[in-house]
Amino acid sequence: MNSAANPYLPQIGTIREIIQETPTIKTFRVTLDDPQAMEGLEFNPGQVAQLSVFGSGEATFVINSPPTRKEFLQFSVMRVGEVTTALHDLKVGDQLGVRAPLGNWFPFQEMKGKDIVFIGGGIGMAPLRTLLLYMLDNREDYGDISLIYGARSPQDLCYTYEFEEWRSLGANLTLSVDHEFPDWDGRVGFVPSVLAEEAPSPHNTVAVTCGPPIMIKFVLKGLKELDFEDDQIITTLEKRMKCGIGLCGRCNIGTHYVCVDGPVFSYAELRSLPAEM
Amino acid sequence: MGEMKFLSADKLTQWLEELSRTSTVLAPTQEDDAVVFRPYDPDRELRLERQPTMPPKEALFPGSETLLQYQYRKDPENPGKQTVEVRESQPAVNQVVFGARPCGARGFTIFDPVFEEGGYQDPYYQARRQSTLFVTLACSMPENTCFCHWVGSSPSDPRGSDVLLTPVESGYALEAITQGGERLLASELLTDGESVREEMEEVKQAARKELGQAPDLSDVPQKLFDLFEDLDFWDRMSAKCISCGACTYLCPTCYCFTITDEPKGASGERIRSWDNCMSYLFTLEGSGHNPRPTKAHRLRNRVGHKFSYYPRLHDQAFACCGCGRCIKSCPVCVDIREIILSAKEHPHE
Repeated sequence: MNSAANPYLPQIGTIREIIQETPTIKTFRVTLDDPQAMEGLEFNPGQVAQLSVFGSGEATFVINSPPTRKEFLQFSVMRVGEVTTALHDLKVGDQLGVRAPLGNWFPFQEMKGKDIVFIGGGIGMAPLRTLLLYMLDNREDYGDISLIYGARSPQDLCYTYEFEEWRSLGANLTLSVDHEFPDWDGRVGFVPSVLAEEAPSPHNTVAVTCGPPIMIKFVLKGLKELDFEDDQIITTLEKRMKCGIGLCGRCNIGTHYVCVDGPVFSYAELRSLPAEM
Repeated sequence: MGEMKFLSADKLTQWLEELSRTSTVLAPTQEDDAVVFRPYDPDRELRLERQPTMPPKEALFPGSETLLQYQYRKDPENPGKQTVEVRESQPAVNQVVFGARPCGARGFTIFDPVFEEGGYQDPYYQARRQSTLFVTLACSMPENTCFCHWVGSSPSDPRGSDVLLTPVESGYALEAITQGGERLLASELLTDGESVREEMEEVKQAARKELGQAPDLSDVPQKLFDLFEDLDFWDRMSAKCISCGACTYLCPTCYCFTITDEPKGASGERIRSWDNCMSYLFTLEGSGHNPRPTKAHRLRNRVGHKFSYYPRLHDQAFACCGCGRCIKSCPVCVDIREIILSAKEHPHE
């Protein structure tokens, strides 16, 4: 058996930095221990990785750093289960397993020349961050770039320390939280309501959304009310996954496996699939 | 037409002993109240008279197998730090599966496009696949749960086998299906089989005739697709189901699996085990969301996968070999044939 050909065998990586984003979300900056593997790693915005804590298991996370910034691979992890708790227990300098890249990616080539509206909720900002930074690093290839990002409370927003950089690179940010908080000077309301207030024009525009299933549902509805066509709306899905390579049988929606045919789908593609979100 | 040999009934055990000298021979063996595939043991009785309780699935896809082994070590330079080393496990087998029925051997032809011919090759399956031969026993007496003829097969289907044995009056007619099979037929215990060819064909035809007519299932993939959102239909079909998963574990074509870590102190293993899509936990997400929350959703996916999604992805082949074990083993008598026919006959809205 050739080890390079074994898709179950993770590479070993080391945690270089940990950022506490919110009370339940940590961001890990990871490099692969083999410098050649790190140098040679190629991926596209939206692709995912399986991270291993040996002894606890593996789980899937989007690579939320763009391929234009390859000094480390960045993952944001919300503590919800066994593997994510084990990841949260790791320290800088600890090793972990990485299988990457897996899955498909955002159609960033086809989106060139268009205005882009990102609509994110909570931890759903992670995959959007990858594409947003990729576009900001290739700023001249894209038109207006705006972001509507909401969370339950100000302390549940991720990447707040980067917002100024995003603005300075040419993104227009609208931030919102679910209800009033002291010292909050952004918007108040659920993301779909903020979207309706902002009312971006669908003209030559692509909308990219990710967040909790209930948010995505109402954002899709809102975008349709703003006359976005199905193929102007892109989302990225999350499912329980084990193998990440299209075999183990739990992430399929009908004939499509979210791990290899996704996680990125246009709304047009989603509508052609059975309704099993 | 492959080479044709004859093995007299009284030489069968000798042949198995001969094969056992160079390979592990897995043969249907009585164990408690089940007939299962175990390494051939001359002191244990072979059970060839009817379909084994378990298909030979474990020969290529063990119920549980080690994928990786890991070991944490303390860094001698820095005792607060530890490093991890990971090794892949390499299955080393050289085996002959003897006495599976054609449906059991054919089950792996459903695995092959997924585990060997997709975007990713599964090295563990591949290693076993390449070093396993199937000496299969054609059925002369189908059971009333058999429906291999519904899914494009027959009681003497050679697909997935290397040698096909057909029981005749005084022994077995042996046909080599593959080159690997031809090598197995080189034994001096076997004699020329041309004289039993006619009898063999009669046995095959009689078995096929006994199964009777098969319904035309060519419209079923589309019918199931159309019925996807009819949860009333799936509620009715799954009303009796208790989500026990016996159907999935006994199925020669079910390949869903889970991957878990088994730690033992500072080391441990990452293992792959059969999983059960009829379980609520199978698709339960960390957030608490479950895309298949009821048994209706789960049965819909299991039947849909076998008779609609898989055929759409893999040349119209049903991911079912018609062995009927799911029907025999179901504690509440769910019959997949009834579900397929109900879908077929369901009025289109």
